Amino acid sequence: MAKAVLEALQQKFPEAVRDLYTHRGDDVAFVEARGLVEVCNFLKFDPSTDLKLMLSVTGVDYLGESPRFECVYHFTSMTHHHRVRLRVKAPDDADPRVPSVAGIWRTANWWERHVFDLYGIRFDGHPDLRRLYMPESFVGHPLRKDYPMKGRQPLIPERDFRDVIRGPGPQPREQGRTFPGRSPILPPASPAKP
Amino acid sequence: MADERPGLLTPTHDPLEAELPRRRMAINLGPSHPAMHGTVRTHVELDGETIVKADPEIGFLHRGFEKSCENVNWTQCLPYTDRLNYVSAILNNVGYVLAVEKLCGIDVPERAKYIRVIGGEIHRICDHLTLVGAMALELGGFTAFLYAIEARELLWDRVAEQTGARLTTSYCRIGGIERDLPEGFDGRLRDSLKKVAELREEIDKLLTRNRIFLDRTRGTGVISAEDALDYGFTGPCLRACGVPYDVRKVHPYLVYDRLEFEVPVGTRGDNLDRYAMRMEELRQSEKIILQALDQIPAGPVILDDWRYVMPPKPEVYGSIEGLIAHFKIVMEGVQVPRGEVYAYTEAANGELGWYAVSDGSGRPYKLHVRAPGIPILSSLPHIIEGSMLADLIPTFDSINMIGGEVEQ
Repeated sequence: MAKAVLEALQQKFPEAVRDLYTHRGDDVAFVEARGLVEVCNFLKFDPSTDLKLMLSVTGVDYLGESPRFECVYHFTSMTHHHRVRLRVKAPDDADPRVPSVAGIWRTANWWERHVFDLYGIRFDGHPDLRRLYMPESFVGHPLRKDYPMKGRQPLIPERDFRDVIRGPGPQPREQGRTFPGRSPILPPASPAKP
Repeated sequence: MADERPGLLTPTHDPLEAELPRRRMAINLGPSHPAMHGTVRTHVELDGETIVKADPEIGFLHRGFEKSCENVNWTQCLPYTDRLNYVSAILNNVGYVLAVEKLCGIDVPERAKYIRVIGGEIHRICDHLTLVGAMALELGGFTAFLYAIEARELLWDRVAEQTGARLTTSYCRIGGIERDLPEGFDGRLRDSLKKVAELREEIDKLLTRNRIFLDRTRGTGVISAEDALDYGFTGPCLRACGVPYDVRKVHPYLVYDRLEFEVPVGTRGDNLDRYAMRMEELRQSEKIILQALDQIPAGPVILDDWRYVMPPKPEVYGSIEGLIAHFKIVMEGVQVPRGEVYAYTEAANGELGWYAVSDGSGRPYKLHVRAPGIPILSSLPHIIEGSMLADLIPTFDSINMIGGEVEQ
């Protein structure tokens, strides 16, 4: 049902809406980052789409691909009951930036803080881009694939005890260990840009 | 701002009666405060008793849910999902396995669907009872709290029989459920539901027309339907504003299209409406369980497809195919095909969405949970700014923020 909506969207914004596909019943569109705000304004306010409820924003880190970071938006409509997913690739891998839609849906405020905190994707135009879960003194972004599983940053000193299964802090054999199909676990990422 | 209500002293030029210089007071509610469920810290700025500014801060309970899931296989994520909304664990389990099954493109046996619905609705009742009880407790009604907890205990006994655990159930499996209902479960569940219904009516009598309770909840914590949608409300909090949106009705999953139930809708969007939604949903969930118990067919409870499901033990010990399938599932995990899906269910507090990305290895590449509490909590400043500090407590209760899922 939402397929027709996305086709109409692509005809209206041929520059911004790149690619459409349906996977497992979900209708998805790839949208260029620079056209995102324009597309979202249309999606929310046009009566044919009427996507008044934004469900979530999340990020994905495709380490090893370029562009590396992606933002994923989910919406649904209260009148037509269709659902749409937008995938937006952040153009710059070193400094991923995507325009903020917090001015269109207020719920995007916290979701974008969530993505910024965990992935380090910055949202241009966000009114209050702070970390959501991590403390302000936290270095790096924990859901990036190059952030180590045990990259602990305790706020108070941890007691030094040996636990053979999952003791605190990185253990010697963790260095350079790989999982099948995964990137090697690297030392903690460089500090976040201010 | 001078208070101009009649009967109060108005400021005069008399130095003894002159207005005192006022300063805004900043207080921290939480992170460790009995009325802040879980560990939320709300930084509140007060002018007298009026809230000028509120800033909820979450993350004290952050356990790295998504990071943990990316480093274990698909089945091993299940225990983590229990700990998201720890009051209604089966609803999380069901949401998660539906996402994985959507990604795999498999359908589960009928009996498993009914058992998932029964387990989920029992837990929905537990969740709503917790909210109603906690709300009464924090507004000074300890008796209603005890009734709610007693009712919840009765149901948790049934949950323990059904799943083997009271709280962290890990009951579902990819392709079905872990075990069939025990002998005589049907009758015992019906008995328990009768007792729960009696206790529910007691709570209803104690609270719904209670003057103190009404004064604290009616007209406080109001949000309009338009604002609620803008803030991403789902579930009972959205329905309290008058939007009849329930995933079970709009996009029926499992067997909800075969069960008759009504979706209660409020009008004012205040704390009393949000409470009333929960009370009515307790009745509707009971109705759903009774219908499901009547309709449940006999048959297998888990798929007979060894790519996703552990083979039965006689096959493991008696056949080479069974042994290999067992070995592969234990050592490599379920091989979920490449792709990404968004699956959604109606959890106790709203839409629980799962965005899962698989790269074809045995582990989730990405698993995002759209917890219903995050958008609702993010609207807290909007709801309570300008109202009294005492209104914060019932508002915080009725939006039912669960620390485990909001802070992940």
